[in-house]
Amino acid sequence: MIIELGHYALVLALATSLLQAVLPIIGALRNDHALMEIGTVAAKATFLLMALSFGVLTYAHVTSDFSVQNVWENSHSQIPLIYKFSGVWGNHEGSMLLWVLILTFFSALVAVFGNNLPETLKANVLAVQAWIAVSFSLFILLTSNPFNRLLDAPGEGRDLNPVLQDIGLAIHPPLLYLGYVGFSVCFSFAIAALIEGRIDAAWARWVRPWTLAAWTCLTAGISMGSYWAYYELGWGGWWFWDPVENASFIPWLAGTALLHSALVMEKREALKIWTVLLAIMTFSMSLLGTFLVRSGVLTSVHAFATDPTRGVFILMILILFIGGALSLFAFRAAHLKAGGLFAPISREGALVFNNLILTTAAATVLIGTLYPLALEAVTGAKISVGPPFFNMTFGLLMLPLMLAVPFGPLLAWKRGDLLGAGQRLFAAVAFGLVVGSVIYYAQNGGPIMALFGIALGAYMIAGSLTELFLRSGLGKVTGAVAWRRVSGLPRSVFGTALAHIGLGVTLIGIVAVTAFETEHIVEMKPGMTTDAGGYTLRFDGLRNGKGPNYSEESGHFTISQAGSEVAEVWSSKRFYTARQMPTTEAGMRTFGLSQLYVSLGDDMKDGGVVVRVWWKPMILCIWLGTVFMMAGGAVSLSDRRLRVGAPARAKKQKKPVLEPAQ
Amino acid sequence: MTRKQKRLVMIGGGVSFIVAAVLLVMVAFSQAIAYFYVPGDLMKADLAPGTRIRLGGLVETGSLKRGEGMTITFSVTDTLDTVPVTYTGILPDLFREGQGVVAEGSFKEGSPVFVADTVLAKHDETYMPKDVADRLKAQGVNLGGKENIQ
Repeated sequence: MIIELGHYALVLALATSLLQAVLPIIGALRNDHALMEIGTVAAKATFLLMALSFGVLTYAHVTSDFSVQNVWENSHSQIPLIYKFSGVWGNHEGSMLLWVLILTFFSALVAVFGNNLPETLKANVLAVQAWIAVSFSLFILLTSNPFNRLLDAPGEGRDLNPVLQDIGLAIHPPLLYLGYVGFSVCFSFAIAALIEGRIDAAWARWVRPWTLAAWTCLTAGISMGSYWAYYELGWGGWWFWDPVENASFIPWLAGTALLHSALVMEKREALKIWTVLLAIMTFSMSLLGTFLVRSGVLTSVHAFATDPTRGVFILMILILFIGGALSLFAFRAAHLKAGGLFAPISREGALVFNNLILTTAAATVLIGTLYPLALEAVTGAKISVGPPFFNMTFGLLMLPLMLAVPFGPLLAWKRGDLLGAGQRLFAAVAFGLVVGSVIYYAQNGGPIMALFGIALGAYMIAGSLTELFLRSGLGKVTGAVAWRRVSGLPRSVFGTALAHIGLGVTLIGIVAVTAFETEHIVEMKPGMTTDAGGYTLRFDGLRNGKGPNYSEESGHFTISQAGSEVAEVWSSKRFYTARQMPTTEAGMRTFGLSQLYVSLGDDMKDGGVVVRVWWKPMILCIWLGTVFMMAGGAVSLSDRRLRVGAPARAKKQKKPVLEPAQ
Repeated sequence: MTRKQKRLVMIGGGVSFIVAAVLLVMVAFSQAIAYFYVPGDLMKADLAPGTRIRLGGLVETGSLKRGEGMTITFSVTDTLDTVPVTYTGILPDLFREGQGVVAEGSFKEGSPVFVADTVLAKHDETYMPKDVADRLKAQGVNLGGKENIQ
């Protein structure tokens, strides 16, 4: 009975979405306040109904109700409680339900916090949000219904995929979806602006916080996913340029570009049309990502569930929204007044440079991801486009951007002074060179590109701090004055600095681990030792254990440095009985920002075991950097300027500015 | 600078960057990609030694030799033709005889043995890499409806 209630709530949510999709937009056309207000009410109602529906599915999973097909296929009565919760979205149907739940959550946020928006803009935004919600609710109900019942309820479930039985699953997908789907708000704002045929700096000011919030969540989601893959898969890799990873990375790149172009639009009323296009493209890339992941067109480590009918349905949604949005853009973009010009060397110019590189890089990743599909469709030849391709193209393209990052904030709006900025970055360049030389001596040489990469990262960190330093006037004024100046700076200045520092930290991690990691594969018997990264690893023996739904074999290792024991580590192989599936649980020990990573291989006939040992220098920098980026996003989001100012002006321009397209 | 010059600089800079990116992508496509083969295609393909490819198929039952040192040998088959493979390292969790596999690597000069540096196994109980399933179906192997069904 409760299950049917969830199903019913989902159908009702579709109905309220339909109201929300149609009525507010009619209201905006006729300037009918009551009709527009329906959008706000419907958005809240849809969210509550979706939440109820999702709650019921969660209830079915937690109580292990195997009469529900979705629970039977993806759960087991013995798995720990947390995996019963996270198992709700550890499958196709549940994850789509989560997708729509988050979509309606954002619509409800717009409904609640959008009181400052012009009435028609808010109504149109909510309507566009509802179009998306209607499409995906239909998708769930018609092709992926999580509430399907089994006639004879089985006594036991088929278990959650063991790879997914990890805390990572509890966190990674919701964060990723908050990011992915969060960009839907930017998309809806862009479409609403095109429908109204009006756009101004205030629009950018409303869009920026949504972009920031979505971007911050997406950064967290991707970073979390990367760390999860790193420790769970037991290969020691943290990024595979796998199509599914690319599917989340492309919206991230586009979203990063959007974040910067919205800044230009907000401050200088320039790049309007481009920003609208970017907002459309960012969410389109999110939709494309959903399609790639959910349709199973890709050969990928992530393609857990695949079904062609679903693929076709999402492809239709994709074509409808991207095609529709771009057509609308083509018809209406000319109505948006283009902004003013500016000198190529200026803050705006730097941000255009940023956008040029980020969008080109995103396009490159997109091409690399889709090319194998296109080639196969056309010629039948099958190729794999892997890390060599992406390192060569994406890596090289991003290089000029990395060099330019510290320059951006130092250039003035309208007309900047490149030479002056260069002079002010002198200390940062020197710092980078010093760090590079220190690494050179510490490593007795090393590949020149790696030294350059680390120096570049150090330069970015120092360069991002340069702005704060200069603004404080430290050295010219007393410490107290400098402190007052710094604490008086807008928070977004700190946000920028933090995010740019994070980029530098991540770069250092990536370069260090790529260039200086060591990997040994050795056969070990108890008592034998092997060296890695200045530490000695001694294998002590194997032990058999049992978990709630698996059995495991664990190896114990003692780590010592210069003769004294410093740490110990367990590394295991698990065997999940319900699915007859083995997994590797790598053992990791952290030393500073570096890690020793141990995974177990086959047992040998003579009693030994194959052990794979990695020394991962500075690897934690990769994720530490993303934490800086997220902190930057959060700090910028808390900037007062994003919350006050614009609304008062906007309310006066309430009359509809819609003009017939000529 | 006049407006016209400014615009010219911006557009020129943008276009030249994009052209550079396109060239880079084209170079990378000609160098940094790997073609996919099943054993039956290799005879026709006539590969130069050292060319990186992906070899896909099923792990031939009874061919896997492990537990004798770190180098593992097995054979990849499309049920008609078979290629011996060596791999040094730890096989993925789901590597098993009779199941789908994709090995990435190359043939060394004058040797019929494929030296793999990466081995990807199917990662779900009923999942087979799509490349493998398609090619095997094209070769007429009955997969028993196992591929791509959850």
